[in-house]
Amino acid sequence: MSVRMNFEHELETLRENMDAMGKGIQQAFADLLSAIALNDLEELDRIQKNDRKINEMERKIEAECLLLLTRQQPVLASDLRIVSSVMKAVGDMERIGDHAADIADMAVRLNGISYKEYAPSMPEMLEETRKILCDGVELFMARDKEQAKEFYKRDDKIDDLFNQVKEELVACLKEGKKDTDACVDLLMVAKYLERIGDHAVNISEWEVFKETGSIKNERIL
Amino acid sequence: MENTKISVQDLNLHYGTNHALKHVNMEIRENAITAFIGPSGCGKSTFLKCLNRMNDLVENVKIEGKVLIDGEDIYSPKADTTLLRKKVGMVFQQANPFPMSIYDNIAYGPRIHGIKDKATLDQIVEESLRGAAIFDEVKDRLKKSALGLSGGQQQRLCIARALAVQPDVLLMDEPTSALDPISTLKIEELMVELKKKYTVVVVTHNMQQAARVSDDTAFFLVGEVIEFNHTDDIFARPQDKRTEDYITGRFG
Repeated sequence: MSVRMNFEHELETLRENMDAMGKGIQQAFADLLSAIALNDLEELDRIQKNDRKINEMERKIEAECLLLLTRQQPVLASDLRIVSSVMKAVGDMERIGDHAADIADMAVRLNGISYKEYAPSMPEMLEETRKILCDGVELFMARDKEQAKEFYKRDDKIDDLFNQVKEELVACLKEGKKDTDACVDLLMVAKYLERIGDHAVNISEWEVFKETGSIKNERIL
Repeated sequence: MENTKISVQDLNLHYGTNHALKHVNMEIRENAITAFIGPSGCGKSTFLKCLNRMNDLVENVKIEGKVLIDGEDIYSPKADTTLLRKKVGMVFQQANPFPMSIYDNIAYGPRIHGIKDKATLDQIVEESLRGAAIFDEVKDRLKKSALGLSGGQQQRLCIARALAVQPDVLLMDEPTSALDPISTLKIEELMVELKKKYTVVVVTHNMQQAARVSDDTAFFLVGEVIEFNHTDDIFARPQDKRTEDYITGRFG
């Protein structure tokens, strides 16, 4: 008989709920990309409303974490790291969900214009953000410490793309031939994408912390 | 799990002039683990013993009020204490195996209740030992003395012995206070397993144990139930300052 079956069971439930939330934001972002491509306004509206579900998932997981710490004392440092990294990572996931909803809101306003015509690098930035977000969530779930340690490098690409898109939009504005509001809205979209990249990197850092107790090579626990 | 198994109504207990339990009311749920916590001398063990009338033989004791198990008052003059103790098993702080073989320890109760057939006894012994998660550890030495087992094994043997007479309720009085942490966790896991078939009531000095395993918790203080609620509520949002002070170690 394994000792602390109850505790293990609760950790497993936590893991399952975390997995569901990770899949939730991956799906939300994938849906966002196809809704933008199709200019599906109804779907964009649904994506914004769906953010409430992601927020609820975060609160549920946080509550589970807190109750687990309240009831399952004493916990080992390694268990404490699991629970605290989950609490931190769901916060980043929730922010990603918010940004996906924000982008959906922008996309409704942009109403089907070609992003590429304004900023040629935008399609690549959308795709790269999708990848970094999926991989960030997955390495946390797979407890892939080695990949997590190198993951921050992936964000450089997103940051470069952000600068490129920004320059392209500034050029548009200077040229004065395109819609100014659209330029500003697209700049906001790019900023949200850049922030999603940061949150994905944060998630990878919580993975490293979970396994090693260190954040950015500094020992925390 | 929402059915009431034991209903205690305005229970008062006096040891001579000492009013040891004061107006206790409690609904204990079926197939749940109910924990009693509180400082030494608060009446939690005394209350536990009221649930199978183990206080009856204490000198100068006076018990008033009702304890209904499955709706029947166990203090009614018509109540049969032998049947009551078959229905409500008990496990004590110190494991107390009888000085006989493992097999005979378990078969003792069923034999008293008239079971003689060896095949039936064999089956009861195996099922009871399995139910207490100790069968695999002792199956090759059933005829050896129970006193040769470790403390944690002896305690699980005592649980198996209590299960052998097919009780409904299992009372446990600090069942792990004499055990090491690993044996303690094994008993806790066993309790969670046992509640599927039995109603478990446990007195514990270890508040974390109550938090880990129980569904409901009652906090006792000088003979009174200060707070009785779902364990999540008792530990996360205690209503009474005294409960909070006790569970956070700020007492007195």
